[in-house]
Amino acid sequence: MTRINVTVDGVGYEDEVEPRTLLVHYLRESLGKTGTVIGCDTSNCGACTVHLDGRSVKSCNVLAVQADGHEVTTIEGLAQDGELHPMQKAFHNCHALQCGYCTPGMIMQAIDVLNENPDPSEEQIRVGLEGNLCRCTGYHNIVKAVQEAAGSGAKEGAQS
Amino acid sequence: MIPAQFDYLAPTSVADALSALAEAGDDAKVMGGGQSLLPILRMRLNAPEKIIDLGRIEELRGIRDEGDHVVIGAMTTYADVLASDLVRQHAGVLTDAITEVADPQIRHRGTVGGALVHADPAGDVGAPALALDTEFVITGPGGDRTVAAADFFVDLFETAVGEGELLTSIRIPKHTGWGSRYEKFVRVAHQWSIVAVAATVRVEGGTIAEARIGLTNMGSTPLRATAVEQALVGRAATDDAVREACAAAADGTNPPSDLNGDADYRKHLATVLTRRAVLAAAGG
Repeated sequence: MTRINVTVDGVGYEDEVEPRTLLVHYLRESLGKTGTVIGCDTSNCGACTVHLDGRSVKSCNVLAVQADGHEVTTIEGLAQDGELHPMQKAFHNCHALQCGYCTPGMIMQAIDVLNENPDPSEEQIRVGLEGNLCRCTGYHNIVKAVQEAAGSGAKEGAQS
Repeated sequence: MIPAQFDYLAPTSVADALSALAEAGDDAKVMGGGQSLLPILRMRLNAPEKIIDLGRIEELRGIRDEGDHVVIGAMTTYADVLASDLVRQHAGVLTDAITEVADPQIRHRGTVGGALVHADPAGDVGAPALALDTEFVITGPGGDRTVAAADFFVDLFETAVGEGELLTSIRIPKHTGWGSRYEKFVRVAHQWSIVAVAATVRVEGGTIAEARIGLTNMGSTPLRATAVEQALVGRAATDDAVREACAAAADGTNPPSDLNGDADYRKHLATVLTRRAVLAAAGG
């Protein structure tokens, strides 16, 4: 077992973990943060995307021990004082989901896209989301939501 | 899927990593960004007893200007290389290729050095590294040694990095003012290359003065298309002239056959992609 100190959604945790524990399993099973989901388990689908020190990563492809001393933000850490993050609101407004399974990862990656480029073209949004799969193929409204968020001041609130 | 159990070491210096490696011997696996290794461990294709994670060694990160070379630390992430004006300006074909690596999340974690040592023939950084005559700095208990690109890739998943050694940096001779293009052929986004071609050319007055071509997934290692490079010299950067020179792109290659295409199809692709890459690199 290895001792780790991780900040997740603004709260510090100190835990003993097996080195082989994946970050996504640590988040879900040790911390109960089941908002981050496991889609494919092969690092293809992006459903498990979280931010590590402010940049998007696939949490099934990072060990919990690698997050030692670092800061993780999950979908559960976006809303502030009961107020949804602008990207969450945009997904809601644009009905940017069908079954909703890819949504946590899509939102986390969409925020990363705007952090990199606050005013992306439609193509840049699609390329920025290339590591996130929607099995319902509902990409159209997802792209619209990112466009809406980009136009509604999501950039100011996008830092995580 | 969960990896088999392993002991985990995260040294903070190259010296400590080399000691850990010497002590662990055969049973250790070195981890860079982990973006190729972790899927392998999860699928239990490999189950090392010990993982030595280089992720906390700051001296292995960063990009610097050393006169006529650009030097990239082995643990520099794809994302950091993509953001580097120095690389874009002097080794543009590497920037072009990294744009096509996997997806943003993987590029935030994955490292150039890790990918080069992993040496997957379908990986996207080997061909540009080869085309740019990159020098590989390998560090072992006895110090540093430098290996030329032509000698670095040995076979499938095998490089000149020996037991007890680490790739610590790559040194790329500046190709300032050269045009570049990485043409990657895939069926779906963020797939491994079926075939890809890295081309960088220097054009003088509408004529190709020098050309360097690297091929991805056309054999067990990245390959240089030297016959095409030679045939391009002195040609006008026009479709007909370049097409003729690129017809030899697949000569001497031994590409794999798999569900994405058989070897003959890949050979055809190599000639088409080489022509496209060279024309784009030449500004045509």
